[in-house]
Amino acid sequence: MKTMLNKMSVMALIALASALSLGATTTQAQEKTITLCWAAWDPANALVELSKDFTAQSKVKMKFEFVPWTNFADRMLNELNSKGKLCDLIIGDSQWIGGSAESGHYVKLNDFFAKEGIKMSDFAPATVTGYAEWPKNTPNYWALPAMADAVGWTYRKDWFGKPEIQAEFKKKYSRDLAPPKTWSEFKQVSEFFQGRMIDGKKVYGAYIFTERGSEGITMGVSNVLYPFGFQYQDPKKAYALDGFVNSAEAIKALEFYKALYKGSTPPGLTNAYMGEGLDAFKSGQVAMMMNWFAFFPGLDKDPNVGGAKIGYFANPSEKTKGVQLGGQGISVVSYSPNRSEALQYIKWFASPAVQKKWQAIGGSSAHNAVLKDAGYLQSAPYAAAFQDSMNMVVDFWAEPSYAQLMLAEQKRVHDFVVADKGTAKEALDALVADWKKIFKDDGKGK
Amino acid sequence: MSQGISTAHSVVEPTSGTRWFAGVVVALYALVTIIPLAWIIMTGFKTPADAISYPPKVVFSPSVEGYCNLFTTRSRQTPEYIASLPPANGTCEQIAREQKMVVAGPSNFVPRFTNSLIIAFGSTLLSVGFGVMAAYAFSRFKVPLKDDLLFFILSTRMMPPIAVAIPIYLMYRELGLSDTRLGMILLYSAVNVSLAVWLLKGFIDEIPREYEEAAMVDGYTRLQAFRKVVLPQATTGIVATAIFCLIFAWNEYAFAVLLTSGEAQTAPPFIPIIIGEGGMDWPAVAAGTTLFLVPILIFTVLLRKHLLRGITFGAVRK
Amino acid sequence: MSITSPLAKRLAQATPAPIAMRMRGLSDRWIAWIFVGPTMLLLLAINIFPLIWTIKLSFTNFRANRPNAEVSGVGIDNYVSVLTDPDIWAAMQTTAHFVFWTITLQTLIGFTLAYLIDRKFRGHGFWTTLILIPMMLSPAVVGNFWAFLYQPQTGLFNAVAAFLTGVSPSSFSMLGEVSLAPWAIIIVDTWMWTPYVMLICLAGLRSIPDYIYEAAEVDRASKWRQFWSVTLPMVLPFIMLAILFRGIENFKMFDMVNLLTSGGPGSTTEVASITLKREAFEKWRTGYSSAFAIILFVAVFGLANIYVKALNHIKSR
Repeated sequence: MKTMLNKMSVMALIALASALSLGATTTQAQEKTITLCWAAWDPANALVELSKDFTAQSKVKMKFEFVPWTNFADRMLNELNSKGKLCDLIIGDSQWIGGSAESGHYVKLNDFFAKEGIKMSDFAPATVTGYAEWPKNTPNYWALPAMADAVGWTYRKDWFGKPEIQAEFKKKYSRDLAPPKTWSEFKQVSEFFQGRMIDGKKVYGAYIFTERGSEGITMGVSNVLYPFGFQYQDPKKAYALDGFVNSAEAIKALEFYKALYKGSTPPGLTNAYMGEGLDAFKSGQVAMMMNWFAFFPGLDKDPNVGGAKIGYFANPSEKTKGVQLGGQGISVVSYSPNRSEALQYIKWFASPAVQKKWQAIGGSSAHNAVLKDAGYLQSAPYAAAFQDSMNMVVDFWAEPSYAQLMLAEQKRVHDFVVADKGTAKEALDALVADWKKIFKDDGKGK
Repeated sequence: MSQGISTAHSVVEPTSGTRWFAGVVVALYALVTIIPLAWIIMTGFKTPADAISYPPKVVFSPSVEGYCNLFTTRSRQTPEYIASLPPANGTCEQIAREQKMVVAGPSNFVPRFTNSLIIAFGSTLLSVGFGVMAAYAFSRFKVPLKDDLLFFILSTRMMPPIAVAIPIYLMYRELGLSDTRLGMILLYSAVNVSLAVWLLKGFIDEIPREYEEAAMVDGYTRLQAFRKVVLPQATTGIVATAIFCLIFAWNEYAFAVLLTSGEAQTAPPFIPIIIGEGGMDWPAVAAGTTLFLVPILIFTVLLRKHLLRGITFGAVRK
Repeated sequence: MSITSPLAKRLAQATPAPIAMRMRGLSDRWIAWIFVGPTMLLLLAINIFPLIWTIKLSFTNFRANRPNAEVSGVGIDNYVSVLTDPDIWAAMQTTAHFVFWTITLQTLIGFTLAYLIDRKFRGHGFWTTLILIPMMLSPAVVGNFWAFLYQPQTGLFNAVAAFLTGVSPSSFSMLGEVSLAPWAIIIVDTWMWTPYVMLICLAGLRSIPDYIYEAAEVDRASKWRQFWSVTLPMVLPFIMLAILFRGIENFKMFDMVNLLTSGGPGSTTEVASITLKREAFEKWRTGYSSAFAIILFVAVFGLANIYVKALNHIKSR
């Protein structure tokens, strides 16, 4: 035992010493290495590939810190709020822009853009408003649009195309089975597939977002709320919520989402977001899947369900059009000791040539050089649906209190849809009350 | 409880039937309780497809893919690109190629595991070092307000970690200790020192004072007596205490998830977020879990004798 | 002896006996302070100072994510709004439900196991060690891998439950259903911590001297009566100690729940620590969550103290 004690203290000493020395080496190495933080998902891997060109050109090495989506906001906002130096560049979610701008986490890029001749008019307007501006609709830029994204749909073209299925659908609904254009059609299609046997396997209608912890169910329900006529606030009076957030249309939409959840989704879909959706779709469980366009390049190449087996469509409309905006801009963290290298990266990233490569290898460019290109619509099977979607995107609040607003909606919607608590009206009334309180604490609205 | 005197106490000895019944029930419970753990270790050797197969697979052909995925990051490439590469060297590269991927580099697992080691050992060293001194003082000297201080030391363990994390977070932000190994070492030491003081005081109380007094009569100073008499006598207790502190620091999650993000992140917040393409990479998670558990399993066996004392803050001695 | 420093020796020779004694006393006190000092300093810096800071913050509207916003005192507003918030009370209720059932199950199973192990069958040492393993693991890692075991369809738990009861493994989701999720967490906690209660009970059982049973045997008390009038009362202080430690730990429960359900579905399993984490590190209402933290701390501290009084009362009986 005594020798063990001695050994242990020696080991601990070594550990301590190496901790200190390791700390020293990292600071030295940082002179030429910058760290980029993003979510861990397919496009991030593409960015790693893309960035090799930057390192080759500038001799600045790149390190990456990718966090899964469900922890992304928590971890990264925590990092920013603690003024951490982990990230030099951050591809932060669109809703963070208000808080990060007002708290000074991000470097304001206006002067830099002017100096380097980077024009925001070269980027799709929805992405500039969504990812770069704060306050919204003012020319104050805190990020460069990096990853254009929205919610979209993919469906099993092979199943839709089976003659016996088409015939049965036509007999039942007296119309052709096709990707749904409206939510009413969607419900028919998804209920039609629910519980059906296809290729000897029981399949289900659709996969929708229901995740509780971060933003999942909110990002899902929005795609029904917007087309049904939900609005975040009175268009004429900012922060006036009553009758908009809890309008009759919104209540109908929330009930509709619950009906979808209950009637046309696979069992156990109680806490599912992008990853679970991909798993279910790839394993052939569902006919249609809600997910971010960002995953579609990967899905298209999937050995099991990719290529000709699947098709894509834009979010169904109802009374009006609308779909949840996703995507991120790339920002320079103001606590970074490597600001000039980080800016150098943004300058490199903004060039049309890099943007084209970014689009080609699995990213999603917001640059007009890509989106307005003559061959764009033919460039990928989901390009048309994506273009449609980008013309009708709506984003969640981007207020500094966005996280609070988000958590409130997560709770109220999940309580109603998944946990069967109360009515849709009660849920939305409670949400209005929550949001009003948050705005009141911020000194906004009345 | 020695068996030698059992004849003298025959009235309280259980009958062989009772023993047999008790043995079977306990063994059954132990087996059931160990199944989840065995399942995880098994999952580490499955392929991702086998890991989430329906119904769950008990018989499968083992694969090291989980361990490969744990230690590497991979990127998907076109078949043409892969065909242009030289033949794969190493098993992991081979496995990745079969799935049209190439190994892009090492994953973050090793740095996170290293952080766990450094922070766990560093904080153990500090808390046991401080703890043994304080315990000796509480055991041998008249410290004013001794009982209050001891209770105060213990009560620091009662606060919910999240509650403590709020001000620590603010304080570390000001001091630049956020996401640093030093910050985590200090924090874990502060949490562990209460356990260390209570446990070590118990162990030192058991060492007769006469030993030191005899040494001091021989001309040792108090400090020399402490170093040359008390410490060697307390070795077993110190090692046991150290292992308990180590296990706590090794397993800790709440502080780690809130106060570290990259540089100083330990393994517990990292393991649950190992993801593959699309969803969770369960074999890699299981592999990480298995590697993470190995030291604990060894320590559990080593600690058998002191376990009770450790987990009750020395309140129950055997 | 030569080890003594020359200076000390000279001093000792130079001073008359009573003063030398006092020197010795003085130096002991000096050593005592030196020895207790580092621990106290560490605790002051990392426990007490932050606690005081929390109390201070709890009277303000401070938000840690708004460094540029004005901070003003709000009196006891935070405390009032914590105590009148129905969501907080719901979280407290969830916590109470969780604490109650985990303790009940762990005590019953743990005591039974300890009683059986105390029959000292052959190989009990090996089986006991095996049983002890779960409690040594990291709650976070445990929560994470149980989430895997609980997967509907593909998880081991559903498969076994389906095998035993005949229902379809995809017909229920332990973590997803409102009626099952709290029990899913209780099962994991019981799996993990029953060994803890068992170990303490075992110590209690082994502390009962044989002669008491022999005396009972002489009095021709039945085994059943021996159990109620000797075993249980003698082990009770140990059981209560186990309950105290488990109660404090589970009141603080965060890791496991965070990884199993993170409070869902809806807010069904949102225990106090999860609510606190959401308020403090997701909504960043630092002042408000500080007030909540203080209330939680006072609650644990108060309940634990009352309980210790009761424990001492039982012990002294």
